[in-house]
Amino acid sequence: MAKHTLSVLVENHAGVLSRVAGLFSRRGFNIDSLAVGVTENPDISRITIVVDGDDYTVEQVSKQLNKLIDVIKIKQLDRSESVSRELALIKVNATTTTRSEIIQIVEIFRAKIVDVSKTTLTIEISGGSDKVAALEDMLKQFGIKEIVRTGMIAIERGNRHIKANNDNEE
Amino acid sequence: MRLNGSEILVECLKEQGVDTVFGFPGGAVLNIYDALYKARNEIRHILTSHEQGASHAADGYARATGKVGVCIATSGPGATNLVTGIATAYMDSVPMVAITGQVATNLLGKDSFQEVDITGITMPITKHNYIVKDVTQLADVVRKAFAIAQEGRPGPVLIDICKDVTAAVTDFEPKPPRKPRKVHTSIAEGLIEEAAEAINSSQRPILLSGGGVSIAGATEEVMELAEKAKIPVTTTLMGLGSFPGTHGLFTGLLGMHGTKTSNLAVSESDLFIAVGARFSDRVISDVKRFAPNAKVMHIDIDPAEVGKNIVVHYPLVGNIKKILKLLNGRVKKREYSEWNKTIDRWKEAYPLKYPQDGTLKPHYVVERIYELTKGDALITTEVGQNQLWAAQFYKYTSPRQFISSGGLGTMGYGLGACIGARIGRPDKKVINIAGDGSFRMNCTELATAVEYKLPIVIALLNNHVLGMVRQWQELFYDGRYSATTIDRGTDFVALAEAFGAKGINVTRPEEVDAAIIKALESEDTPVLINFEIDRDDKVFPIVPPGAPISELIEE
Repeated sequence: MAKHTLSVLVENHAGVLSRVAGLFSRRGFNIDSLAVGVTENPDISRITIVVDGDDYTVEQVSKQLNKLIDVIKIKQLDRSESVSRELALIKVNATTTTRSEIIQIVEIFRAKIVDVSKTTLTIEISGGSDKVAALEDMLKQFGIKEIVRTGMIAIERGNRHIKANNDNEE
Repeated sequence: MRLNGSEILVECLKEQGVDTVFGFPGGAVLNIYDALYKARNEIRHILTSHEQGASHAADGYARATGKVGVCIATSGPGATNLVTGIATAYMDSVPMVAITGQVATNLLGKDSFQEVDITGITMPITKHNYIVKDVTQLADVVRKAFAIAQEGRPGPVLIDICKDVTAAVTDFEPKPPRKPRKVHTSIAEGLIEEAAEAINSSQRPILLSGGGVSIAGATEEVMELAEKAKIPVTTTLMGLGSFPGTHGLFTGLLGMHGTKTSNLAVSESDLFIAVGARFSDRVISDVKRFAPNAKVMHIDIDPAEVGKNIVVHYPLVGNIKKILKLLNGRVKKREYSEWNKTIDRWKEAYPLKYPQDGTLKPHYVVERIYELTKGDALITTEVGQNQLWAAQFYKYTSPRQFISSGGLGTMGYGLGACIGARIGRPDKKVINIAGDGSFRMNCTELATAVEYKLPIVIALLNNHVLGMVRQWQELFYDGRYSATTIDRGTDFVALAEAFGAKGINVTRPEEVDAAIIKALESEDTPVLINFEIDRDDKVFPIVPPGAPISELIEE
């Protein structure tokens, strides 16, 4: 099974997300992650969905999504032709002895310390899923108290872009 | 023009040319019913006994006429009672607009009296749905709903209207209805050429005509293709009538209860052309062993159906009528071939048959209905054995003639649908071929048929059991008849009379004709004929679950 990234433009109104999510669960498609936010046009939201499945699944997902009235456009993003990022906040145990080591790791990953307490550090990292996973792996030894991740968002490289009205490439 | 929400709704229904709605009132739709009362000379409201009856009637009306069926119910239980009818329409691609009342906007989400999240509930069984919380949005929502219900592959749309919206006043500007958008059909010339070449070079083609052919009004094009290239034609249950059952190239139903000829022909074919069909499990059975020697051509308006259940070699997506026209221009005329003769031999060797032992047989009843209505009646069915006997032994010659819950298999569908069909087509004889199990589910709609003086006929094939399930129990569960004997002494003739309908009892084959003739003569009263049949009459052929369609049990 491979991971596929779908960018979906939808009408920005109530209930759209549950239509999309409902479709996945009732047709038995697996969502790896889903991130949604408004676009440059406030009437339109963009959902980035990472789907776990073969080509048949991705084709079915796209076709079924296309039938939803609120879905405006769907595009499958090619991994090498797009930039993808996710954001994670990681709260890790930190003592006076481990704090500096953690800070070093954070610097290597070009992550950021966004909060500190006597016993913890909270780290913000953005990047591809692999990078986030690698940092998580490095921090495990100190004891991770909490992780929050946004799910992946992705955008095409170069001057290609997905627009609601014109065709998707210029 | 300043109007309140209810008046706007009624005006919008009129814009769409709606002259008949089916429904049942309640608290949240009081304002709507007030507006309907004032508009009663322009929109006829058919009051059913139960909201489910209203939804099936709107569905039957839509299937019989091709127009959008409209049903109305109040919030909460009224709305949930529509759900089975909406799901039935969704599975069979029936254009329907369901209007439900909702609690006032300030009560939403507070578990208010008769509040239910009907847009949430119907999300998976509608093409789209709306909740209207602002009266200024209402007119456009209604207009969009009607367009969506009809566009592309048709289906139901639900509009949930908050009670305060039905009273709120705003400006209303009438608009002519937006023409449903045509589906953009632009198939590469190369694909059409390739498909035509596949047909021209095939030795053993067969065409499956589905419900989409009736919906698209593409029966002539299917006929032209079949006759030109001498392609035998089978149909799905939903496709009955899309190709005449009386035609020489017709091979009968396909699939679980298909004819042996159709099932063998598909299994032997080298090209399987499906038009407006969706490869339901009831047609293909074991997908790996379905049409094993054939390339598959799939012509359908819904791209999501192509490649969903089966691998397709020639996908042609778009308006069926247009695509067939393009194909027909390129398909070569062909003479009656060895393949056609093989099929004729099968037809002769494996006709649909039933035991001739002098007792009253359901197959015989359906045959007699066919003869006595000269093949011209609209037939609605319940679900189960009655449905399949009605499908097998009546020869349908036009689309919209056979009205049955194919996809969802909704027991209790037939009577409501029969009422809706007759209201939509008062020029036609409309007969509900029913079983006692299904009929009893919604027989309360007899009151509706009586009230509106509908001379419908209910041909009740009464075997005192849930026959289809019983048949499976006998064939596949060693005769353990779990919960399928419903011999409860219900006197259906007396029941019909209690509702004010006429009842006729028939126990012997000799009585069949007279009863049907008498029932068909009724002018303003529904007639129920109770045909007492044996509990062990079965639907044959049947393909056992999991078997390829060529391995069918014939008797």
